[in-house]
Amino acid sequence: MQNLDQILEEASAAFAATDDPDVLEQIKARYLGKSGRITELLKGMAKLSPDGRKTAGAAINRTKEAVEAALNRRREAIRRIALEARLAEEALDVTLPGRGESRGGLHPVTRTLERIEALFRSIGFEVADGPEIEADFHNFTALNTPEDHPARSMHDTFYLQDESGKVADDILLRTHTSPIQVRYMQAHVAKYAHLATMPEIRVIAPGRVYRVDSDATHSPMFHQVEGLWIGESVSFADLKGVVADFLRRFFESDDLQVRFRPSFFPFTEPSAEIDVAFMSGALKGRWLEIAGCGMVHPNVLRHVGIDPEKYTGFAFGMGPDRLTMLRYGVNDLRLFFDGDLRFLRQFV
Amino acid sequence: MKFSESWLRTFVDPACSGDALSHLLTMSGLEVEEEDAVAPFFADVVVAHVLEVSKHPDADRLNVCRVDVGRSEPQQIVCGAPNVAPGLKVPCALPGAELPGDFKIKVAKVRGIESSGMLCSAKELGIAEESSGLLVLPADAPAGTDIRRYLDLDDRLLTLKLTPNRADCLSLTGVAREVSALTGAPAKYPEVVDTPVTIAAARQVVLDAPDACPRYCGRVISGVNARASSPEWMKRRLERSGIRPISALVDITNYVMMELGQPLHAFDNAKLSGAIHARMARPGEELLLLNEQTLELGDDVLLIADEAGPVAMAGIMGGEESGITLDTGELFLESAFFAPKAIAGRARHYGFVSDASHRFERGVDFGVTRRALERATQLVLDICGGGAGPVSEALAALPQRQVVRLRPPRVARVLGVVFSAERIAELFARLDFAFARDGDDFLVTPPSYRFDIEIEEDLIEEIVRLHGYDNIPSPAPRGALAMLPQSEDARSLSRIRQILADCGFQEVINFAFVEEAWEADFAGNADLIRLANPIASQMSVMRSTLLGGLVANAVVNLKRKQSRVRVFETGRCFSRDARGAPVAGFHQPWKLAGLAYGNALPEQWGTAARNVDFYDLKADVEMLLAPAMVRFEKAAHPALHPGRSASVLIGGEAVGHIGELHPQWVQKYDLPLAPVVFELELDTLKLARLPQYAEVSRQPPAIRDLAVVVDQKLELQQLLDGMQANRPAIVQGIHLFDVYTGKGVVAGKKSLAFRIVMQDTQKTLQDAEVDAAMVALVGYLQQAFSAQLRV
Repeated sequence: MQNLDQILEEASAAFAATDDPDVLEQIKARYLGKSGRITELLKGMAKLSPDGRKTAGAAINRTKEAVEAALNRRREAIRRIALEARLAEEALDVTLPGRGESRGGLHPVTRTLERIEALFRSIGFEVADGPEIEADFHNFTALNTPEDHPARSMHDTFYLQDESGKVADDILLRTHTSPIQVRYMQAHVAKYAHLATMPEIRVIAPGRVYRVDSDATHSPMFHQVEGLWIGESVSFADLKGVVADFLRRFFESDDLQVRFRPSFFPFTEPSAEIDVAFMSGALKGRWLEIAGCGMVHPNVLRHVGIDPEKYTGFAFGMGPDRLTMLRYGVNDLRLFFDGDLRFLRQFV
Repeated sequence: MKFSESWLRTFVDPACSGDALSHLLTMSGLEVEEEDAVAPFFADVVVAHVLEVSKHPDADRLNVCRVDVGRSEPQQIVCGAPNVAPGLKVPCALPGAELPGDFKIKVAKVRGIESSGMLCSAKELGIAEESSGLLVLPADAPAGTDIRRYLDLDDRLLTLKLTPNRADCLSLTGVAREVSALTGAPAKYPEVVDTPVTIAAARQVVLDAPDACPRYCGRVISGVNARASSPEWMKRRLERSGIRPISALVDITNYVMMELGQPLHAFDNAKLSGAIHARMARPGEELLLLNEQTLELGDDVLLIADEAGPVAMAGIMGGEESGITLDTGELFLESAFFAPKAIAGRARHYGFVSDASHRFERGVDFGVTRRALERATQLVLDICGGGAGPVSEALAALPQRQVVRLRPPRVARVLGVVFSAERIAELFARLDFAFARDGDDFLVTPPSYRFDIEIEEDLIEEIVRLHGYDNIPSPAPRGALAMLPQSEDARSLSRIRQILADCGFQEVINFAFVEEAWEADFAGNADLIRLANPIASQMSVMRSTLLGGLVANAVVNLKRKQSRVRVFETGRCFSRDARGAPVAGFHQPWKLAGLAYGNALPEQWGTAARNVDFYDLKADVEMLLAPAMVRFEKAAHPALHPGRSASVLIGGEAVGHIGELHPQWVQKYDLPLAPVVFELELDTLKLARLPQYAEVSRQPPAIRDLAVVVDQKLELQQLLDGMQANRPAIVQGIHLFDVYTGKGVVAGKKSLAFRIVMQDTQKTLQDAEVDAAMVALVGYLQQAFSAQLRV
């Protein structure tokens, strides 16, 4: 039986000697094919006695199985080698850049406006909008700023020409977003006229505003957000609470210093200017004027049909452009309106 | 309002530092906008008396001086200043002194001669920008006195940014009153005594417009020396208030205005004739003002006039001809109260403001008119000599201070904090507000100098202002909780912007006023909305389209070497419209516009570079509007290439346009390539659709391709519409997947390849049904468009 062991050994060695699946199958034929050596041995058994046939048959079949097993192992090994070779060949430079469109981005002031809107929405403020070419009444008179009121000199107003080229003095570009609030209050009052007590007004009014002013810190067009909360028991303390909370959330700084100091606006009384001071960063410790606010003047409430004895409320206004500058460290307001992609792409 | 702290401290001197005082003022509503030291830090500089001056033996330009610096022995000092002379009093920095700029003075030899100090110019002391020699001090300056003390250089300049309601603080008296109320420190004001009348000369005064001028006081002072010089202390205080000293008489009127808040005017009495009238201007009246402007005065202007005509714009500016000069020997001094309504806006209307108009239009204390006249008289007599005549006073109805009721519960309601009656009474007392009690209420009569206390809220502001805004708590807000509506058939502007950003567009914000040419070029708009007062001609017209700004953005960015530009803007546009609302006459819709220029994709490997075209941008617009069914119809637009522009329609309604910029604008605006742009009405973009479920078929679809050759000019949409309308029921989808011209297709024709998806929701389709449907479609195309099946 030494012959059988030798056959197995030879076959295993022959299988191992090739990497080529076709050659492997040819080698297989030499042992297991129609005239392969093992097949020939099986054929040769016919000459043996029944007992001898039994013994030899068992031995030959064991060898046959062993050769087949060796063959299968080699087949698997060759398949794996081929797969690995293919995978190696297909490998990419994964560091090449991805293809396709790149992302654009929002304007930094838009980012700020969206954050402001989200923060105020979270405590139930709606967002209102209104016309930018505005009636004198809504921009000034309804806000307790009659003609010749010295406060009008605080705004340098853009007026429009009428169709004949004359100055139309009752039409202007809004100098603040307060007229949105006036329109909102009027609509709210009309909507709930049938109720004994109207629901609270909680609204913010963001938008573009216009003033005749242009230098490094003033743009003839800029943004404003005003807020308004009117109800049966809205107080100056509430105003402080809401605005201070907003500023700390906006700047994500719990230790932001916020102070309120007396000021004057025709549409609020008492009025306040709001300053903030950061506890770290380039502007650390400096008081920065950030917003104006106050309790809505009774005349403003009366103008829109709200009884100031029954309802009180506060209003505030601030400049999203300035908030954006402070938040991202932008040092020139004019960059916002210059369309320079090198600047704008920093906010993607 | 600018003034010196040391002047203020002569009125009220609270025990607090300058910084603490500034903080206190700021926190009470009188914002300290600027604080400047009068002089930078330096020390050991004293008044020196120059005794002798002799030439330096070894230097032409130097002198050797012997000076008295208040020590037992005169000092020897080498000096290079051209104006040094014996007898002068000048500042001298002693050895050990430190001058601004880290300059230390030592005993040193200058060209071999020992020098024990340095004589100084104003510039060397840091109190002037420029100087041409030594700072010459008054002859009576005592040698050896510290110069900081002598010139009051430790003083600080405070500039208040006063709000328009606080005109009462436009004087030292007013600020002192405020500081006293805030700190409790007593205030003392200059003593004013009635000047003895020594001459009889007087001028009658008449109030012809008593509403506008209810009080007018004037007096003649004769025998004055207008050339007398103002005292140093007065000049210094004026300079430190930002007022240039001019001449004694002018200085005195300015000084009293700063001190008491009452603007005064001095006329040359010799140039007046007859009685003085305060009256409204008559048609055609003109006046040459002190600022050399000649004004034609409207009938809303209050005048001071004599019998010959106008001599001053009351409360605003005097006339040139009746003004005082250095030769004036007799003057007529005016102190009057003009009603704010009669002054407000007038100066601004003529394009200027004055210190007087600034005060009168905000409100001048009508209780101080006569006192100010007496104070000025006293100063004129002291400084310029002369004798005063009797005061002519005309008085009509002065403003009445209405009693304002304050209800303590209302205070609590408005402020959110309870104030006791005792506390309120204490605060009113500190403010010098007279009040009576009516039950729990306070009945307050505001003082004559406060023009801003008219309603209860004004008093509440005074209470909280004095109490300190910082002392009001800031609790977390409490309100009625109600959820805000969250509509699913509307998309937010924020979402729309985000889609565009995700498509590679960068948002910009451009001015809403634009160049007139942009309106013609990009909107064909001739009915312009012009600004009456634009800041520049290229910002003079309200835009009706956002396109001009985007084209300008492209131009500017190309100049900055950006080769690919994708920008968008959302904003209101403006046009005249008789039916416009809510502001009549104007339509102010929100629009969204985008522009793409340069490569279709960012420059990258593995993708052939090509320029962006109509269809690239069309895909962006479709993405933006999805899932709405959008159609594009060829349409001309002034901004766009006529063959490459379309209007965008949703449900048959035009909502915007898209196209390549017209070649003439590409050339005019100097663009190397044509940008592709779109502009849409934002309101339609906001419309969204609430999804509605439809059953998904379980049957497998049958898919067939179909290629037909049609006329080159035939628009796809026609073909699609026809196929859609005439399709067999099982045809569920028709998608164009190829357009081909060239080899194999005759000239003037094009081949269009469609993928046809067929499906029956109920059963599996048989081949025969599918074939029949395809035959029907082909038959339709042949018959309707003379299409030929391409094989």
